[in-house]
Amino acid sequence: MEMVCIACPNGCRLNIEKNEDGTLLVTGNKCPKGIVFANEEILAPKRSVCTTVRTTYKKLPVVPVRTDGEIPKEKIFDFVEETKKIVLDRPYAFQESVIENLFGLGINVVCSVDMNRLVGE
Amino acid sequence: MYDVVVIGGGPSGLAAAVEAKKEGASVLIIEREAMLGGILKQCIHDGFGLIRFGKKLSGPEYAELYIKEVKDLEIETRLQTFVTSIKKSQEGFEIIVTSSKGMSTIVAKTIILSTGCRERTARQVFIHGTRPVGVYTAGTAQNFVNHMGYLPVKKCVILGSGDIGLIMARRLTLEGAKVLGVYEIKCTPSGLTRNIHQCLKDFDIPLYLSYTVTRVFGEPRLTGIEVAEVDQFMRVKPGTEKYIECDGLILSVGLIPENELAETIGVKIDPKTKGPEVNEKMMTSVEGVFSCGNALHVHDLVDYVSEGSATAGKNAAKYVGTKENEANVSSEGMLSLVPQRITEGEHEIIFYFRTLCDRKKATLTITVNGNEENKIVKKYTNLLPPEMERVKLKLNVKGGDKVHFKLEGE
Repeated sequence: MEMVCIACPNGCRLNIEKNEDGTLLVTGNKCPKGIVFANEEILAPKRSVCTTVRTTYKKLPVVPVRTDGEIPKEKIFDFVEETKKIVLDRPYAFQESVIENLFGLGINVVCSVDMNRLVGE
Repeated sequence: MYDVVVIGGGPSGLAAAVEAKKEGASVLIIEREAMLGGILKQCIHDGFGLIRFGKKLSGPEYAELYIKEVKDLEIETRLQTFVTSIKKSQEGFEIIVTSSKGMSTIVAKTIILSTGCRERTARQVFIHGTRPVGVYTAGTAQNFVNHMGYLPVKKCVILGSGDIGLIMARRLTLEGAKVLGVYEIKCTPSGLTRNIHQCLKDFDIPLYLSYTVTRVFGEPRLTGIEVAEVDQFMRVKPGTEKYIECDGLILSVGLIPENELAETIGVKIDPKTKGPEVNEKMMTSVEGVFSCGNALHVHDLVDYVSEGSATAGKNAAKYVGTKENEANVSSEGMLSLVPQRITEGEHEIIFYFRTLCDRKKATLTITVNGNEENKIVKKYTNLLPPEMERVKLKLNVKGGDKVHFKLEGE
């Protein structure tokens, strides 16, 4: 089986075979991240997701947010739905959580900008 | 009078200014927008900073870290200020700017051109006919969605598989638009391989290679487009035309370095990169004028933009005005190679290049004046034109030397 590692811009082309004991034999990776990626991708693929949330500021109709870790791939659209429910009505700090412990996954959704700077400028 | 005036406050200008200031220079950043950060402001996806900061950041976060440094170092900035012309003067340069305060002149010893690049438009890829609402460059669509909070299309086709197009395919899908497919005129994708996977395959968005858009329909709003297959010479194959109903056509058909200002002061442009020719100090053919970032050559990673721009900033700050002898750099088997000149002496230099074509295995051979004995050989695997390579080399050259880069392999 072949896949492309998305852990970093190298985009290593991974070749994956199953060892006799059921573990995976990964080749083609330039670093250990490739092995972790291949295992996760086969068992339970995960992605970090970036989107925007609305604010009450005219100057800043939306601000960018991202998950501070990876969430299960099948939860991507649920996550985006969740972010549509919120409107930020105060200036959030750089990397401050706008959603804590998303779906109980232990992942926070953080603000990608310093809203104070942008609202003030 | 400033030691260094940086034109453009995007990632390149910020990195150059920070480095110049750290070298002790007096620095001014001129930015035409109301905020610093350039295109990173709307690049809300992550993957930035893995090389520079060792962690995965979004574009705005990457910019924020540099903006904070600019503030901490108390670097002067002039926002919503546009440079209209540059003139050579006795002390260096006179930069004419306009802003809400009117016109004024700024005097600088050295200039760093970090003016970024522009997207190719529909007209530049020969999409003619009416001009319906709904045809956007990927960057414009990105601005609508990520900055203004509008969804500009409901059902769209993306022409061109450049990275911004792939990123927008995913972004529009997340926001609820239907992306019918990405159509690429070449027989290979133009974007990074990982983006094909995480932006298209993850969302089951089809990629059609050797296809192009031939016509657009609709007035005043786009109602559909015509796509067709192309042959190996990118000519439309008659009879393959197909109508697709859609309200949006997003173009991701290439970026061109912005060098209008550079050309007015006689900066020599490299036809391969479409940016200035520079030496390893990032100085252009005009003494005291430096170039970096996407104005110099289009990058695929901002981390390398910062790296090259810091080099420009450092050397602009150190510039004393003595003309140096230089060796020339030439290449074969490459789409582009930067820098194109090297000053006399022994230095460690970072070169950036793109392969001319896909190569599973490749060998890079560097010779000085054709001398085979002291040649440097590097091996590569899986080289693709969309993925820029970086190589650090120690070279010792004299003025007039000819340094040749030869990339070969299948």
